[in-house]
Amino acid sequence: MTWSATARGAHQPDNTAFTQQRLPAWQPLLSASITLPLFFCAGLAFIGLGLGLYYSSNGIKELEYDYTGNPGTGNCSVCAAEGQGRAPPPNCSCAWYFSLPELFPGPVYLYYELTNFYQNNRRYGVSRDDAQLSGLPSALHHPVNECAPYQFSAAGLPIAPCGAIANSLFNDSFSLWHQRRPGGPYVEVPLDRAAIAWWTDYHVKFRNPPLVNGSLALAFRGTAPPPNWHRPVYELSPDPNNTGFINQDFVVWMRTAALPTFRKLYARIRQGNYTAGLPRGAYRVNITYNYPVRVFGGHKLIIFSNISWMGGKNPFLGIAYLVVGSLCILMGFVMLVVYIRYQDQNDEDDDDE
Amino acid sequence: ETIITLNKAKIKIWVLTGDKQETAINIAYSCNVFEDEMDGVFMIEGKDSETILQELRGKMKPESLLESDPVNIYLKKKPKRTFTMPEELPRGDYGLVINGYSLAFALEGNLELELLRTASLCKGVICCRMTPFQKAQVVELVKSMIKAAHIGVGISGQEGMQAMLNSDFAFSQFCYLQRLLLVHGRWSYNRMCKFLSYFFYKNFVFTLVHFWYAFFNGFSAQAVYDTWFITCYNLIYTSLPVLGLSLFEQDVNETWSLHFPELYIPGQHNLYFNKKEFVKCLIHGIYSSFVLFFVPMGTIYNSERSDGKDISDIQTFCLIVQTSLIWMVTVQIALKTTYWTMISHFFIWGSLGFYFCILFFLYSDGLCLMFPSIFQFLGKALSQIWLSLILSVILCVIPAFGYQFLQPLVFDRINHCKTRPPQVRVRTKLKHPSLRRSAYAFSHKQGFGALITSGKTTKTKPNKKNSFPVKKKESSDISTRIVAFQEKSISGVPSTIPLKF
Repeated sequence: MTWSATARGAHQPDNTAFTQQRLPAWQPLLSASITLPLFFCAGLAFIGLGLGLYYSSNGIKELEYDYTGNPGTGNCSVCAAEGQGRAPPPNCSCAWYFSLPELFPGPVYLYYELTNFYQNNRRYGVSRDDAQLSGLPSALHHPVNECAPYQFSAAGLPIAPCGAIANSLFNDSFSLWHQRRPGGPYVEVPLDRAAIAWWTDYHVKFRNPPLVNGSLALAFRGTAPPPNWHRPVYELSPDPNNTGFINQDFVVWMRTAALPTFRKLYARIRQGNYTAGLPRGAYRVNITYNYPVRVFGGHKLIIFSNISWMGGKNPFLGIAYLVVGSLCILMGFVMLVVYIRYQDQNDEDDDDE
Repeated sequence: ETIITLNKAKIKIWVLTGDKQETAINIAYSCNVFEDEMDGVFMIEGKDSETILQELRGKMKPESLLESDPVNIYLKKKPKRTFTMPEELPRGDYGLVINGYSLAFALEGNLELELLRTASLCKGVICCRMTPFQKAQVVELVKSMIKAAHIGVGISGQEGMQAMLNSDFAFSQFCYLQRLLLVHGRWSYNRMCKFLSYFFYKNFVFTLVHFWYAFFNGFSAQAVYDTWFITCYNLIYTSLPVLGLSLFEQDVNETWSLHFPELYIPGQHNLYFNKKEFVKCLIHGIYSSFVLFFVPMGTIYNSERSDGKDISDIQTFCLIVQTSLIWMVTVQIALKTTYWTMISHFFIWGSLGFYFCILFFLYSDGLCLMFPSIFQFLGKALSQIWLSLILSVILCVIPAFGYQFLQPLVFDRINHCKTRPPQVRVRTKLKHPSLRRSAYAFSHKQGFGALITSGKTTKTKPNKKNSFPVKKKESSDISTRIVAFQEKSISGVPSTIPLKF
């Protein structure tokens, strides 16, 4: 069989730019005139940004107190010792006295911090029922299996809210008292407990089940609170906008933290006389010590902090930008030296040929 | 010209033909398979195993008769057929000619290796007077022992369509082989290597973040990403850019590829993706995953938003790490791409934009209201995310950028070729004047008959009839069609039929 010519070009592929790999293209070449200035500019920009971030972070004031109650650290150790080995721990209060030499500029935020608490553990993190928390009545009485062993109570009732995250709700409470004049009475500083959770959490993700006869308690009939809770979920607060699944503390707690050391917002101080901050004077924080952390070697802290445009006190970004900026500039110099040296060598080689 | 160019690319040419020796040698000289400047052309013409062995060993390297030679040691031990020929450098350009009769002995047992070793040192090898079966044997030998990647190329000539039907590539002229190897073959190798190293890199970064996170989550295998991100990462967000890279990438355009056949050499020596490159890719992946985890971690550690609410939750952390990862691998592929077509731009920046669209869609309020347990993440982006993102991307990219800038300076290859003008080939002194080649087309030597009757050229088949296997095979425009068959005549005396050319 000979090569018979069919119609000329019958099997020929298309001669377009696409099929013949001739597409117009930009072919950049990393030359020294682009790379080196880029490195230096980036380095300078980063150093500038780093300095800004670092000084901004340094300007933030923070005041913290570890009230875990380890022996010898203050009067919360009494509470800690009392609660040792008893579940549920008995009611106990302790106090922290401090004084501010000058105005603590506001608005001031009050946080509690836990250490060595792995909210990011996988089994713990999936132990929740978001359908239940979004107020679906069917899910209220049928919590998902991931909530086990906090799915059904000992009596066989479905737990609402189910899961280990809800069960481990932080239940310490704080109140702040200010002594205006030495020797004078302590006046309570109003703590704004509203709007401490994310807006989307409070308004969209967490919803109470529909009221039955206008009562939230009836809506939760047939369910049981989690084992560690003293009160059922509909009694978390007297305020109807802050009870049930939409209780602000509960919502804040349910937003699980990514690292084993974390802090969560407790309250803002921005009402009345304290809008500009905490004036100088003596203060007392009354702490209701409920939450047991010593069993797992954790710590509890209470923190006062103020906030800037880039958030709380976090020098990491500032320092990191400074380091990377200097690294860029250093590498720019090194590459410049290498470039000059090898350019000379290449010129010599070309001359030799 | 094709063969000259292929020789420049260090491609050795073997010619397997059924022609007579003089014809084959003449054609070899005219096609530049052998050149007049070569240091020597060896003819292997022995009639028995020992002579052939001596010829094979002695003519090229007298040291091979020593006991300490690696091939000799191998031959004594006789291990399995997984021996890879060690790379040996010849001391000059040599050519080898072997005819079918000697080849029949040389393809047995121990001599196979000697033949291969000697032949590998030569610039060109002519095997003449071969039967089709011997051709197959030689190809098999070279393929298995040298273990090079191979393709079959059929050239449709006057002899018909058989080669084309059996081959991986087929075209009509021998000169197109140049384009196939030097342009398309080289591009294909380049693309494959870039694709592989990038693909491994992006998956290393993606996965090794979990290694670092394990230290901080009690080793509980908590994922650092949203589940939907894990699903979509390789499938949607990063598939198109890498597809664009492997379809359109050209490091050197076709004119330069043809002009500088030496650019083909890295492919032959496996320089662009080997164990060392893989380890480099792994180390880069480990470093990137380290940066990708610790920069967001430092950003959110005990920190808050500008309205005081905390941002140290898993959702924000996942969001920062995910977005940094996508940016990081996008910038990495942008650095690797040297040939930016419109389609490349569209794929790369389009995938990035698509990621943000999907992000806003998945994290929107509406979807969460509909499917609360699937789409758990709600929220919006924050300024600290951008700061952390820029930092982690720049920190990852600096080493790659610096390496890419320094590499052509310190280890110059392609760019140096680009800047150097093409050199005129200097013809050295003629060592073998061409007058020595015979101008006769007819052979003065014995024909095929003795070879065929010796029975060394047949495959042993279970039900062998009284005829030789008939094969039609075309492998190049030098080869010929051989039809040989034997018939028993009525009186029982075998007769041979002369061969047709």
